[in-house]
Amino acid sequence: MDIGWFLAVSALIFTIGAVGVLTRRSPLVILLCLELMLNAANLALIAFARMHGNHDGQIFAIIVMVVAACEVTVGLGVIVAMQRRRLPIDVDEMQELRG
Amino acid sequence: MGEVLFFVAGIGAIAGAIGVVAVRNPFYSVLALVSHLLCLAALFLLLRAEFVAAAQVVVYAGAVMVLYVFVVAYVGGQDEPLGPRAGNSLKTVSVIFGAVLFIELCVATLGSGLQLIDSGGTPAPASFGSPEQIGTLLLTKFLLPFEVASFLLLIAAVGAVVLARRRGGLTNAEEQARYSAMDILRPAYTGTMAEGVGGRHTLPQASGANEPEPEPEPVPAAEPEAGEK
Repeated sequence: MDIGWFLAVSALIFTIGAVGVLTRRSPLVILLCLELMLNAANLALIAFARMHGNHDGQIFAIIVMVVAACEVTVGLGVIVAMQRRRLPIDVDEMQELRG
Repeated sequence: MGEVLFFVAGIGAIAGAIGVVAVRNPFYSVLALVSHLLCLAALFLLLRAEFVAAAQVVVYAGAVMVLYVFVVAYVGGQDEPLGPRAGNSLKTVSVIFGAVLFIELCVATLGSGLQLIDSGGTPAPASFGSPEQIGTLLLTKFLLPFEVASFLLLIAAVGAVVLARRRGGLTNAEEQARYSAMDILRPAYTGTMAEGVGGRHTLPQASGANEPEPEPEPVPAAEPEAGEK
């Protein structure tokens, strides 16, 4: 398959993730949509790595996966903390950083 | 064969992505993301990235998604209305923004004029993307990012434990009177994080003459049985 097809799929997945971040209200789903965007970037990185016959893009993708795992861990910790404080799990309700 | 596999996996990945955004229950969103990740791993395999595909399935679709499922089960996967509260106009604007973003991304990638973009990529040796190649690169050329990533994972793990721990605070007088070396670095009423989360109440002598202002009300314990011994 041509590399361009992979890039088109990557762009479409990134767009879906961005629309999800903009429209959904639950922080859990917003984190999931962030994962979508990161994965779309991963797909583009690997496609370019294949295009150039070079491994650097694959290493980039692995590092992106590490950063995504960290982001998920901290984000889910914040959500669990919100749940313990009986705060509403809704990004529209959260307008200030202090408890 | 490659074309068929590409279209099956690509359509599956896009359908999974749409499912993440469109489904109302967060639990089903997580399941849709799992199927999306599996299809994406197939696409990685088509691009000769064997190690990344394996890591995607094992780490991402396995471990990270299990974490998501646990948190969804803890928070309670209540349905939420799809549209934003401010009305339908915001949703329309966001969809228009998404369409513009998609066009821009296609122009930026497909219209870049790269010569190899309409080919299947440069011919690569059979060991392209194997764990051996990736491991060699991680330990030679990319050693510093590798180590920094390990530190980042450690910091994120500690941060998650600090964020999600029980915020009951110390209610026992003996525990409050116990000093640690960190108390020298963070005197009372200086806005430290321990005070902010209610983890430390006033010091015994600091609550007397030194501090004229009233004691800030402690954050109520999350569970009623947290404190009493």
